[in-house]
Amino acid sequence: MTTHHESQVPATTEEPLANPGLPEHTWRPTDVHESAEKRAERQVASLYGASAVFTLLFVVAYFSLDVDDNWTTFGGYGASTVALGACLGAALLCIGIGTIQWARKLMADHEMVEMRHAVRSSDEDRQETLAALDAGAGESGITRRPLIRNSLLGAVGLLGVPAVVLLRDLGPTPGQVANAEEGTGLEHTIWAEGVRVVRDVVGTPIRPGDLIIGDLVNAVPDGLFDLEGIELQQQKAKAAVIVVKMEPGDIIPGEGREDWSVDGIQVYSKICSHVGCPISLYERTTHHVLCPCHQSTFDLADSAKVVFGPAARPLPQLPLSVDGEGYLVAQSDFTEPVGPSYWERNA
Amino acid sequence: MSIDTSKVADTNGTSSSSAAKPTKAGVVANWADERLGLATAMKKNLRKVFPDHWSFMLGEVALWSFVVLLLTGVFLTLWFDPSMAEGEYTGSYDPMRGVEMSQSMKSTLEISFDVRGGLLMRQMHHWAAMIFIASMMVHMMRVYFTGAYRKPREINWVIGCLLLFLGTIEGFTGYSLPDDLLSGTGVRAADGFMKATPVVGSYMSFFLFGGEFPGDSIIPRLYVMHVLLIPGILLGLVAAHMLLLVYHKHTQWPGPGKTEANVVGFPMLPVYAAKAGGFFFIVFGTIALMGGLMTINPIWKYGPYDPTKVTAGSQPDWYMGWPDGLLRIIPGWETELPGGYLISWNVMIPILILPPLMLTVLLLLPFIEAWITGDKREHHLLERPRNRPTQTALMVALMTFYGLSWAAGGNDIIAIKLDLSINQITYFMRAAVFIGPVIAFIIARRWCISLQRHDEGKLLHGYETGVIMRAPDGGYSEKHLPISEAEAYTLTARDRETPWSPEREIDENGVPAPNSRLNSLRAKLSTLMYADNVQKPTAEELDEARHHAEHELALQTAMDGVSADGHQFDGTHPVEGESLRGGH
Amino acid sequence: MRFLNRSAGRLSRHRRKPLAGLVVLLLGLVLTGGLYSLFSPGAQAETSTTSEDVTKGRELFIVGCSFCHGQNGEGVLTDNGTQYGPALTDVGAASVDFQVGTGRMPMAQPGQQAVRKPAVYTEEEIAQLAAYVDSLGTGPAIPDEADYSTEGLSDEERQAAITRGGQIFLTNCTACHNFDAQGGAMPRGGFAPSLRGVEPKYIYEALLTGPQSMPSFSNGNLTPEEKRDVIAYLEETSEMPSYGGVGLGALGPVAEGLFAWVVGIGALVGFAVWIAAHTTRTTRRKDGDIDETGAHA
Repeated sequence: MTTHHESQVPATTEEPLANPGLPEHTWRPTDVHESAEKRAERQVASLYGASAVFTLLFVVAYFSLDVDDNWTTFGGYGASTVALGACLGAALLCIGIGTIQWARKLMADHEMVEMRHAVRSSDEDRQETLAALDAGAGESGITRRPLIRNSLLGAVGLLGVPAVVLLRDLGPTPGQVANAEEGTGLEHTIWAEGVRVVRDVVGTPIRPGDLIIGDLVNAVPDGLFDLEGIELQQQKAKAAVIVVKMEPGDIIPGEGREDWSVDGIQVYSKICSHVGCPISLYERTTHHVLCPCHQSTFDLADSAKVVFGPAARPLPQLPLSVDGEGYLVAQSDFTEPVGPSYWERNA
Repeated sequence: MSIDTSKVADTNGTSSSSAAKPTKAGVVANWADERLGLATAMKKNLRKVFPDHWSFMLGEVALWSFVVLLLTGVFLTLWFDPSMAEGEYTGSYDPMRGVEMSQSMKSTLEISFDVRGGLLMRQMHHWAAMIFIASMMVHMMRVYFTGAYRKPREINWVIGCLLLFLGTIEGFTGYSLPDDLLSGTGVRAADGFMKATPVVGSYMSFFLFGGEFPGDSIIPRLYVMHVLLIPGILLGLVAAHMLLLVYHKHTQWPGPGKTEANVVGFPMLPVYAAKAGGFFFIVFGTIALMGGLMTINPIWKYGPYDPTKVTAGSQPDWYMGWPDGLLRIIPGWETELPGGYLISWNVMIPILILPPLMLTVLLLLPFIEAWITGDKREHHLLERPRNRPTQTALMVALMTFYGLSWAAGGNDIIAIKLDLSINQITYFMRAAVFIGPVIAFIIARRWCISLQRHDEGKLLHGYETGVIMRAPDGGYSEKHLPISEAEAYTLTARDRETPWSPEREIDENGVPAPNSRLNSLRAKLSTLMYADNVQKPTAEELDEARHHAEHELALQTAMDGVSADGHQFDGTHPVEGESLRGGH
Repeated sequence: MRFLNRSAGRLSRHRRKPLAGLVVLLLGLVLTGGLYSLFSPGAQAETSTTSEDVTKGRELFIVGCSFCHGQNGEGVLTDNGTQYGPALTDVGAASVDFQVGTGRMPMAQPGQQAVRKPAVYTEEEIAQLAAYVDSLGTGPAIPDEADYSTEGLSDEERQAAITRGGQIFLTNCTACHNFDAQGGAMPRGGFAPSLRGVEPKYIYEALLTGPQSMPSFSNGNLTPEEKRDVIAYLEETSEMPSYGGVGLGALGPVAEGLFAWVVGIGALVGFAVWIAAHTTRTTRRKDGDIDETGAHA
């Protein structure tokens, strides 16, 4: 360890000022006044003591405050979470603050100087290492026998292939899934000719006369709720729709979509064509629907064309009709894949 | 053999405890040393010197919040069940009872409502994650703005960048686990991002989700990444980061007694250990208080994920906010190639291109700078941000881009809280992400240079005392006094910079070789970096300025202690005894 | 007051409005009306509609509403064909009760989205206005308390209603109104207001009639029971304790990120500054200072 006098660096001719060296050490009140020292000592010890008290309170709170279906509340808050967090936080902070206070007030605070070493190795070390490497390479003959070296590199390199191949069974390819069962794959849903449009959650079918202008129904295909588990989720993620009713005169029918609406009622995919959020923030006055994730806005009066935001394609529309009992049904599945774009979507 | 402490503790003067009769601790130490050789390994490091500055503790916040994450995370794994098997919820939270949900959501509800302290641990874990990444970022800004990434610390910069990147991925995999409505919406968007990848997009999505979205594989797979794969890599990288820190020794601010060759500060034992250890408890305690007092991710309000449901204010956690913001403001660009293949620029640019590009830029920053400057020296003294105007301005520009993109990610919340229109915010941001960074660059750079001028003024003419002097001829001036020698030295303790110019090879006929294109680019960048900077004065300039200042001061000394309160000459106050008139 | 009480878990944060400034302005604007209503004949609990009500309602309508909605509630078109005030011929009494009862009508200024403010008319006058508008055509009537109250249900039925209401709420309402009914942003400066602190009757009427840009959830869309369930869920969740501490506005990750930076990073950087700050120094020297420095410094 060097003293600070030695750490002075002589000024070069270019340097305007010489390094004056470390300033002289000054004392803290706790170094020179015994009363201050005692006070600091008491501070630290009482912080540690307070920490112990908070830890005990933590245990008391743990056992005395209810959770489950009968939470104890305190001022409108969940008492257990708040009390445990406050006690634990206070206990830890007391230890932390106490220790810092100890370091700041009572531990020796002479600044010390340590010399740096060069990060690089010394030349001798380098030479020795190189010599060792050379010796190893020479004795193995790896430099003299390129056939062995190259075949080894090739063999080890090829071992990367099993690592990739092994991941193949992570999942099926889109092609394997497509039409494996009814409505599977990226291009199809369980919507089909004659499938009723039913209300989400409750699953009841809808008559055109049930709705008034301005209504928005979050709907799904009939039969969806017969599915379970993973199939249910997968179909929900594709087949969810929104049903809107507007003045028939407000609708600008898309080409070939003249008979896709019933009595001013249209059905569109609820899955955003951008990255797939469900989209139902509908404004009855403007007929716009907004995505809450990235604010793509579509005009449902005009074939759900994009009027704002990052989406590039309209929401797919479900051709709509009425069955013999007067309920809304699909004429067919969606005529294009629903949800986000993908490379081979239109191929 | 017992531990030889004579070389370790030579500054505090206490004598070695290795007397003839070993103490109990000595016996234990002896036992360990005979098996591990600890004394040799520890003798240098126990009193290793660390410099003290608040900004050097930002990385510690990241380290300690990572420890908190490990502790609280282990607690959560005791109950969490990463399964997507659906079943009816029968737990304590009334409004959800009877609702179908996955095991992961169910077990998260169980942790929140049926395990005492479970909600606290969940919230602490989540707050710690937010703070972990935020503190890594703040730490990175400190390292950048002070030039601490320069040789020999470039590799540690790279490790740090990887830590930030992996921390972000770790965060995403973590907050997706409860399978609640909000996180499920995020996973749904991630599915859309993957599908936008050219050629292999839908395959990537099908492989990750084990088939069609959402499948029943994603949560278990994210879980194993979250609790095993990424934390393992993170731990390894953190260890490497710390080892390099110890090997390189910490950088320090220039100042009296501090040189490139030494490090001045407090010894590891006891001061630094106490401060670092104390800070661990403070970080832990702060996170515990936040976890207990502030709600984060109330999954019981979101309900289980359902692909048909969504909530207003669907945002990712803050560190994923800036790509999400870019995703919000990009127009709906999509190109259809012949054959019907789609390139979704609207997803690729903000998600698949810009974030990796940002990471690459960050990774390369030290190397680009080293290439421009051609500086091969080691740097252990830090630079003040103002003394590196171009580099500072570059990071400010990047931060501005980041901040604007980030704000765009909260455009709906901003709209509703500030009574604005999301459409207008979006239009504004579309322009601002391009213009903002340029303006920020120019302002930051000029600001730094003007601060350099201010420093130069202080060095040459002294500091402004606030005392206004009136010269006999009626002119006013502010009295300057010289700054202390220590302060003056600190201001001059920096490099003198000259823009790099290519040394042209001279051929036999004395004709210089033409500049390569790369070289002229390098020269241009070097000029941009250095040409406008204010260089520290030479010894002669300083001497001259000081002589001048001393002369000025001598002229003013006669007036010292004499002040005019403005009443002396108003005719209503006696002027006898005042010394201003004809004072000298 | 709010201690150790389960039912008192409602937090004042629900009342914090981003539009406070505007509300204050509007308060001033409607003060005159409010004062008038103070001195006008007191409200009566009478709800049955009479032809006298219709006549009085028409008088009020001519004075307060016809400028925008037309002399006979037929609506007013501007020169360029957009609506100044929409036709009220088929909106029904429920719509009037909602719009006027929540103070949204009369609007301070046409064109903007009407915001909730203190009602200008007394309950009696609102009933008269509703009676008049109801007489203009068809439209939903003002709901009975029985329509949206879960009283009379067994505990089990009530619990089932709340659970179902939660699912309907998350399917139909959270997209605009946020998972905790705190409201959300809509296109071009519009917004879906917070549902916290809104009386059940008005929520029911809003569902029924679809005020302003909100889509309607008529009885053919969501049955009266389903509407009741949504209201029951909202009531239940508003009375719940805040299990995890302060709710941070229930705005989701944006608010959480803000607090992580401001409170978390803010506090920890503050601690770091304290830890590294220089401690107080004294000019006094320690006894035997020479020895000390000589030996160790």
